[in-house]
Amino acid sequence: MAELRATEMIVPNMHLLTIHAPEVAKALRPGQFVIVRAEEEGERIPLSVSDWDPAEGTLSIVFMNVGGTTNTLAKLPAGSRLPTVVGPLGKPTEIDHFGTVLCVGGCYGIGSLYPLARALKLAGNKVIVAIEARSSFLLFWEERLAQVSDQLHVITRDGSKGLRGHVGRLPEIIAGCQPVHRIITNGCTYLLKRVSDVSRPLGIKTVVSLNPIMIDGTGMCGVCRVTVGASTQFACVDGPDFDGHQVDWAELLQRRMQYVREEMRVYRSSRGEEAVICQGHGHD
Amino acid sequence: MTEPGKKKLDLRRREMPKQPPEVRRRNFSEVALGYPVETAVEEAQRCLNCPKPSCIGGCPVEIDIPKFIQCIAARDFVAGIRVIKEKNCLPAVCGRVCPQEEQCEEACVLKKRGGQVAIGRLERFLADWEAAQGEVEMPTLPPPTGRKVAVVGGGPAGLTVAGDLIRLGHAVTIFEALHKMGGVLVYGIPEFRLPKAIVHREVEYLRRLGVQIVTDFVVGKTRTVDSLLEEYDAVFIGSGAGLPWFMQIPGENLNGVYSANEYLTRMNLMKGFLFPQYHTPIKEHRRVAVIGGGNVAMDCARTALRLGAEVRVVYRRSREELPAREEEIENAEEEGVVFDFLTLPVRYIGDGNGWVKEMECLKMKLGEPDASGRRRPIPIEGSEYRMAVDAVICAIGNSPNPLIASTTPGLEVRKNGTIVVDEETGKTSRERVWAGGDVVTGAATVILAMGAGRKAARSIHQYLCSL
Repeated sequence: MAELRATEMIVPNMHLLTIHAPEVAKALRPGQFVIVRAEEEGERIPLSVSDWDPAEGTLSIVFMNVGGTTNTLAKLPAGSRLPTVVGPLGKPTEIDHFGTVLCVGGCYGIGSLYPLARALKLAGNKVIVAIEARSSFLLFWEERLAQVSDQLHVITRDGSKGLRGHVGRLPEIIAGCQPVHRIITNGCTYLLKRVSDVSRPLGIKTVVSLNPIMIDGTGMCGVCRVTVGASTQFACVDGPDFDGHQVDWAELLQRRMQYVREEMRVYRSSRGEEAVICQGHGHD
Repeated sequence: MTEPGKKKLDLRRREMPKQPPEVRRRNFSEVALGYPVETAVEEAQRCLNCPKPSCIGGCPVEIDIPKFIQCIAARDFVAGIRVIKEKNCLPAVCGRVCPQEEQCEEACVLKKRGGQVAIGRLERFLADWEAAQGEVEMPTLPPPTGRKVAVVGGGPAGLTVAGDLIRLGHAVTIFEALHKMGGVLVYGIPEFRLPKAIVHREVEYLRRLGVQIVTDFVVGKTRTVDSLLEEYDAVFIGSGAGLPWFMQIPGENLNGVYSANEYLTRMNLMKGFLFPQYHTPIKEHRRVAVIGGGNVAMDCARTALRLGAEVRVVYRRSREELPAREEEIENAEEEGVVFDFLTLPVRYIGDGNGWVKEMECLKMKLGEPDASGRRRPIPIEGSEYRMAVDAVICAIGNSPNPLIASTTPGLEVRKNGTIVVDEETGKTSRERVWAGGDVVTGAATVILAMGAGRKAARSIHQYLCSL
């Protein structure tokens, strides 16, 4: 049982939870995730961690409300108890002195990008952060990210802030800070795929943090398998980070869709209403 | 009239009532209903109470089998369950899932006459009888020794170690990675073969004895074995075999292709069969192929059947070589699972939308025995054919999860991921670290894991007493 210490909707439909889980907070490294159950009958879902405080024994998570479990999580008041918060899971992201690193985040991935940028900065890198959203009102943690980066770029679909468009604009950012030695990207699968597509012709190593369907998160069930290069990997234990240029994106997107219809049923009943989920939320 | 003292051999093994196949194939309630009292007493009275009982040698935890059976024959059930519990803290589980036919019952002298005593059913009878009484008898514990042991994994091996050590006065904490205790007993074995309430009851018994239980704790991630050693005098690793094998054939990552672990975990641990009341989804499948022939394959097949699918078990050897328990094979057959023997899948074919639609198979013939002693399956050239499926469950085996080995320096591990131990003591290459169960043997049975736990507990106790 982990206590929910604080809860906040930071932008529409995007939530920040602070959870008291001292053993997990003590062991966390950038790039790792936790598995959470929101209620006794609930699913186990993997969520990236956005920050943690070993002294306080807390960790925080940014997530988007898109399904049954996230909807339940979003509604829980501070002081509630979560039946499961287990982790840290997955391998930490490789942090080293690479030179110049471009960190790209979208949606909830903006949150989990923050500890990565901070660690990369501490390791002596020049850190360029680019975050993407449909509109400026969906951006968050800009000041925090600015503090741990050398440059912060914003891309909005509607042009209400920064560059207008999507991650297709990355080459312009990259051109302004050559050479970029590595790209690290967190966010939904569509974003990760698009960043990888954009960086492939530029020949820049691109590390993506995958978030496929999982159950146990310790390598036991095998549902999170993903084809990387010629081999099958388990994202929960071999990842979540992989070389974005090697991932079989079509297969991964297909596998993520396996339970969409069933998830809709749970989501609707958790809202007590009819709801429509926009798949991919706008990464055309 | 038979002469007094010269009992006529009664070779009629008493049947245990079961739900009829046509009923049980549509529900998740337990299939076998257990002996009524009178049947149990009759069955117990068949035991010859041999002066040199060979059945005990067949039991990996060395239960005094004739003694508890004589108690049943004399209707002293309180004494009977006490005899079992001296050696086995999970009688309701073992009475259900142990392969008795290869162990204690195989060694029964009446076996040669075709009427071996139903030892497993009698064990189950006593455990269920005790539970039905409501109040479970608690043993008196010795004064605390002040020694602390960490047990990694809440499955059969870990539960046994914990049960043995707490009764010797040591403080025990079990760390379990999942949110429920029981390991394979809760994520793997289906409700209709082992009701979860029974596992829960056995775990509660340990908790009442004073065992500390920490769930949602992944040793190797949340904390390492080395970090536990700073706090505990000894560590026992019983983390099981939780890394599923796939066949490495084309199409294996199509939607609808499951590992047995995924399928069973969704169903058992996460209660997928109660979706949407429980939120972990499962799919409705019409034609399911289960690959493999062990107990896990039978569990998957019978689960899929209960969800309304037509189910085929696809196995590359013949019925004779099926590794599953005979009783489970018969249950599956009765319920309507179809077996395709001498058949090997070679690739899965998608429907164009990422879902499996067909399976290409090869027919096999049996050649000379291989290293396993079973006749080797040989593909018959040109025998390819396709089978329509909308789900495939791959139940061909598991190896130990590498999480602990990879985070415990100096722990000697074989190429296949199993931990190297001294067979008699369960000691690993690391000081103060023991291991047992599937993490040592590879995927095996509940009772073997318990036997290994027992040996390790004995050795850990010796060590703790030497401090």
